[in-house]
Amino acid sequence: MIAWTIYATFAGALALLFLPRAFSRWIALLTTVAGFAISLIALFQTPIADLARFTTIVRIPWVAALGMNYHLAVDGISLTMVLVTGIVSVSTVLFSWDIEHRQNEFFFWLLLVVAGSYGVFLSADLFLLFVFYELVIVPKYFLIAIFGSTNKEYGAMKLTLYSFFGGALVFIGILAAYVTAGTLDLNQLAQFQFAPQLQLWAFPVLFLGFAVLAGVWPLHTWAPTGHVAAPTAGSMLLAGIVMKLGAYGGLRVAMNFFPRGFHAWSNLIAVLAVIGILYAAAVALRQSDLKFVIGYSSVSHMGFVLLGLATANALGVSGAVLQMFSHGVIAALLFAVAGRMLYRRTHTRELDALSGMNLSRALPFAAFTFVIASAASMGIPGFSGFAAEITILIGAWKTFPIAVWITGAGMVLVAAFTLRALKKSFLGDAVSSVRMQEGRVQVDPDWNEQSNSMPPITVPEKWGACLLMFATFAIGLYPKLLLDRIQPAVEAMRFLK
Amino acid sequence: MSYLELLKLAAPEAVVVVTALIVLTIGLTTERASAFCSVVAALGLVVAIGAVLMLPQNATLSGGMLVITPLTSLFKIICLALALFTVFLARNDRTSRNPGEYLAMLLLATIGLMLLVGSEELLMIFIGLELTGLSLYVMAAFDKTDIRSAEAGLKYFLFGSTASAFTLFGISFIYGMSGTTSLAAIGQKLSSGPIQPLLAVGIVMTLIGFAFKIAAAPFHLWAPDAYQGAPVPSAAFIASGSKVASFVVLGKIVLVGFAPVHGSADWHAMVAGWSPVLAALAALSILVGNLVALAQTNVRRLLAYSAVAHGGYTLLGLVAGGRAGFSATLFYTTIYAVTLVGAFGVVGLVRRQTGGDDFQNFAGLSSRSPLLAGCMSIFILSLAGIPPLAGFFGKFYLFSVTLGAGGNHGLLWLVALALFGSLISLYYYLIVLKVIFVDEAATPTSVVKADLLSRISLTLLALLVLILGITPGALAARIIASLP
Repeated sequence: MIAWTIYATFAGALALLFLPRAFSRWIALLTTVAGFAISLIALFQTPIADLARFTTIVRIPWVAALGMNYHLAVDGISLTMVLVTGIVSVSTVLFSWDIEHRQNEFFFWLLLVVAGSYGVFLSADLFLLFVFYELVIVPKYFLIAIFGSTNKEYGAMKLTLYSFFGGALVFIGILAAYVTAGTLDLNQLAQFQFAPQLQLWAFPVLFLGFAVLAGVWPLHTWAPTGHVAAPTAGSMLLAGIVMKLGAYGGLRVAMNFFPRGFHAWSNLIAVLAVIGILYAAAVALRQSDLKFVIGYSSVSHMGFVLLGLATANALGVSGAVLQMFSHGVIAALLFAVAGRMLYRRTHTRELDALSGMNLSRALPFAAFTFVIASAASMGIPGFSGFAAEITILIGAWKTFPIAVWITGAGMVLVAAFTLRALKKSFLGDAVSSVRMQEGRVQVDPDWNEQSNSMPPITVPEKWGACLLMFATFAIGLYPKLLLDRIQPAVEAMRFLK
Repeated sequence: MSYLELLKLAAPEAVVVVTALIVLTIGLTTERASAFCSVVAALGLVVAIGAVLMLPQNATLSGGMLVITPLTSLFKIICLALALFTVFLARNDRTSRNPGEYLAMLLLATIGLMLLVGSEELLMIFIGLELTGLSLYVMAAFDKTDIRSAEAGLKYFLFGSTASAFTLFGISFIYGMSGTTSLAAIGQKLSSGPIQPLLAVGIVMTLIGFAFKIAAAPFHLWAPDAYQGAPVPSAAFIASGSKVASFVVLGKIVLVGFAPVHGSADWHAMVAGWSPVLAALAALSILVGNLVALAQTNVRRLLAYSAVAHGGYTLLGLVAGGRAGFSATLFYTTIYAVTLVGAFGVVGLVRRQTGGDDFQNFAGLSSRSPLLAGCMSIFILSLAGIPPLAGFFGKFYLFSVTLGAGGNHGLLWLVALALFGSLISLYYYLIVLKVIFVDEAATPTSVVKADLLSRISLTLLALLVLILGITPGALAARIIASLP
């Protein structure tokens, strides 16, 4: 059943190539809604007991000579990730409703990213997983290089090369595992006893390769530039889904294959994670471009995921998976507001310029959405971010108490940059005309005329925003819905201390 | 052995010879017969493919001069198919001024390839090399109106003949040491006793000759000019057919003839033999090819340098050795050839319409001809090793076999280097795609037109690359099964 998320999305992408452009956005919407619906049905229909193991859905021999199978499976972790992919992809299409330029192509690349992500989350064959993983990267390049904005070709190329650098490391790790164990089946590999010496070098190679995509410090620099260069939909996909591919790979492949290597390196991962949280938050505090603020906040929040993974206990790792879900939704929402709701109407993302526009009055719905998203991002109780981050910190308390102290202090920074962005963008005082005349604030000269004719928030935008807000709210109030499914699956993994 | 039997076993070659003569005659006797020549050549190649299919499973003639095994049959078919696609490409090229002569040369080169593939005897291999080489020199220099074509032909000729001299010199040493020219017998002779210095010289000489043929660094210097200057179909055939056959025969020589002096290229455990030599060639090719390709602004030159790098990747399988290594090499070189013929097909069409093959001629191709842009992106992405295209599986196969071959991951250094190389290559491949999809055309009105035949053959090639990527088992299993 859940395998149809992949097929439906690929079919939709293919249909876009051949059908006229009048249908394209509807095809894209239909496809993503179908994917989301399938993942929702799977969430409620699959018995929780089945989600504790990586249960096979499909298994067909593919290249028999080399032991490759077309093998899909699902457990609580995959299901959570499929769900967030569904939610984010639907809202992404809704927030791309106004795309006019090369529409078919845009949605074609977009659906390829989504389909590849579904594939990664459901693959139970190492080769298949890597195929889907690499498949996601090239469409991202086109999505950014063709449809992006600020410095798009540079951002796209940087992001792609970083991704492929990670991919090359992953390739080496995968080959080492495959050649040693002689199988590509994830479940068999997860049982195989690799020699400790191999684990010691193969784990860091593999994990670092995946972590590049998850935005680990110091290999995170592709993320802010990539997010800024990307079109709104691109940033939403990147932050919402693609960064999770890296974290998921690190968990499912690297940690699960090489538990001894993981234990040897987990301290370093925790250190990198904490540095990432603090450093990115501090940098975000000084940014003047709203998208850069959100881009760095993504790096900071992904630091929590890495910290959770590094704890190596059931609570921390479950929290990390929940944080992947939560951050996927929240980051998509933040980028949607910054990229689509604001930038499309004001044509600037400079915080100083925005603060003079009195946007909370001009765009009340956008302001409301951004307040919700900021609250969720800061970890206010009642939103998914709180549930996830508190779970991670409790887990980390058992393993790295010092890290919890530092990170706790760091969360102040997170709150600081979020509030700063919120205040400057929406709640800024109308800038006095004196300051404007002195030229200290860059404002479009004919801003006043525009503000009267600022187009209202459209219906697709409202739907997209409501979907994301609902998701973060629902999980914030009732995290058990996902945690009940994630935790047994995490407990079945063998790296737990 | 009667002549009838010989003719039966050499039927495919005979068919191609006869076709070459017919095409030559047509070209000489009738003016403006380009379409007719192409049809005859294509038919002849199809009949030859049929004749290969009719051959017996296994046969050996006069001590390995002509060998028929499932492997040779498979690769004869592949060479013939590549020649067939080259005939399609040549339909639209400027070489159609003297179509008879050009196609006859192409067919003669094809016979050379078939002899190369179907022989396990050094003298016959040398004859095959020379026949292929001489025909290709003419094909490279065929465009008399273009000075670059003359340059390409001359360079290819000078380098190629030097390479032949090396090969012949090496072969003579090996004959002197072993007293035989049959690969299997050489293998047996070599297995007794340590490596003599003279033998080492012979082996290295032979390998150098082949390194020229497959354009492995540092013997690659002819490739960029030949790829860029030669008429497009000639360049395509040099890069595809000639390369496939060279790899087949190089594999047979090192893995059958020189099997006892394999040596080892493992890190910290190098043992003298041919595999460290090939490993060094591979490493150098990957680095030089990829790094120099970064600086290119001409698509054909870029493809040439990337061909050097791909030659390096392909050598990895031979370094790994064994049945698995050889099959990975054969798989990779086959899909590479298919991909490159397609890429050159697109280049040829763009060149005919815009008069050049620099990046600027490709700018905005996606709006000028979506089909060509789509096909080109499939070929380029396959070269870059992006799933689900054939190049990705080829690389996975090649690298996994290589990593598994050395004891205790001894060849990890080579695999890591190759992966580093493909990371570099991604940059310049993406630049080509960026030019095609993102950049705007300088003259937006110029739509690149393509006739039906080109469109069909390019679509077929692109589909083939895609299908071989999605179901690589079809070809891989066949290659593995055909190896003894």
